[in-house]
Amino acid sequence: MSELLLQAKGLVAGWQRPATAPLDFTLENGQILGLTGPNGVGKTTILSALAGRSRVFSGELVLRPGLRLALQTQDVPPVDGLPLSGRELLALTEASPNGLPPWLAGRLDSRLDRLSGGQRHYLALWAILQAPADLVLLDEPTNNLDAAGVAHLVSALRERVAAGSGVMLVSHDHDFVAQVCDQIVVLRELTDVV
Amino acid sequence: MWSDLFLLPFLTGLCLALILPVLGCFLRLRDEWLAALAYAHVAAAGALLALVGGALPALGGMAAAALAGAGKRLFARRLAGGASFAVLLLGGWAIAVLLAANQPLAERLGHALFDGQLYFSGGAQLALVAPWAVFAGVALLLLSRHLLLARVYPDYFRARHLRAWPVMLGFDLIAALTLALATMTMGVMGGFALVFVPAWIAFRRAGSWRRGLTMAVLIGVVGYVTAFILALWLDQPFGPVLALLLIALGLVIA
Repeated sequence: MSELLLQAKGLVAGWQRPATAPLDFTLENGQILGLTGPNGVGKTTILSALAGRSRVFSGELVLRPGLRLALQTQDVPPVDGLPLSGRELLALTEASPNGLPPWLAGRLDSRLDRLSGGQRHYLALWAILQAPADLVLLDEPTNNLDAAGVAHLVSALRERVAAGSGVMLVSHDHDFVAQVCDQIVVLRELTDVV
Repeated sequence: MWSDLFLLPFLTGLCLALILPVLGCFLRLRDEWLAALAYAHVAAAGALLALVGGALPALGGMAAAALAGAGKRLFARRLAGGASFAVLLLGGWAIAVLLAANQPLAERLGHALFDGQLYFSGGAQLALVAPWAVFAGVALLLLSRHLLLARVYPDYFRARHLRAWPVMLGFDLIAALTLALATMTMGVMGGFALVFVPAWIAFRRAGSWRRGLTMAVLIGVVGYVTAFILALWLDQPFGPVLALLLIALGLVIA
């Protein structure tokens, strides 16, 4: 059964001052919403507003009461020099290792700072993607991923929403967005909903 | 060695050798290893102030360190980037040295605190340190997941509306009080050596967080027991022997 997770009406978000054009969108569970657009239109700012990090200057943003969020930002987790294994990282967010790609599943007991950049990124992303949450927010999830990684992410996202969560993601990768998203919101001077 | 004269200080130090390396790992996780030196100096100043004021030095040291641990949050914005620990270190050192220079009673205790003599600990000190070490160990285990999450996924932490301040304040108080007890027991640098060196080696060598904690405790305990025996045998102050031994261990293993 579909359930409204969030609704934005004329939403204008920003940090010190408004940084986005007014925006309308809704997201139900079982759906993936993609935000795209050129640099500087405020895609990450919108995601941050949902997580309560940036400010809502005007308009309405209604989240379902008790909504559990999981947020992945573009910041790489600071794990250099830290003796933390992949398995321990997943345990922190209560994410299951089941379903990890074979090129990562075998390296779960390695320290994160001994993995390649791509492996580390995907594991950090997986820890958020598989965390217990009703709404998963992902900022540029395909960064640092090769074609195999992107393909695996697409199938993991579809499985995640099939299990009842909603996903909202920001990406510059138009092919990826077109392939995985149920709704796409393009942020411009005037916002179009495609 | 097995007379009360040596056994009580040995057991008191052993309790600290078990908990200080664990605390050191969490301080290093938060890039706050300088906190160990800061709280130790503040505790030393608090102990000397208490002595001059006619109160129990141990209570003065713990109260000063706890006040510093909780109070630094009030100046968090002004003292960002670890400046709070540098300020506490300088302030604690300055007050301790001035007291020691002007009060004959404080001078003796000041020497003991900065030389790192373990052998003055008695039954009362052990009765304080042993339960505290157990409490601090359990509390750190309970705080562990949130401390790691706050470091690795600060945005996730905020997005889940997990309240950071009880975790951070709780950790600061545990760190401050543990280091105050360590300073009273084995001196400023003895305590710092057990906080800094085992965690440094564990972060370099361990394959996971859990193994890192185990490795740090093992290094702390082995270093402590060896230093205790060596210092006794060579009739040297304990703190410097422990520090040199741990440094040598660190340079070989890390």
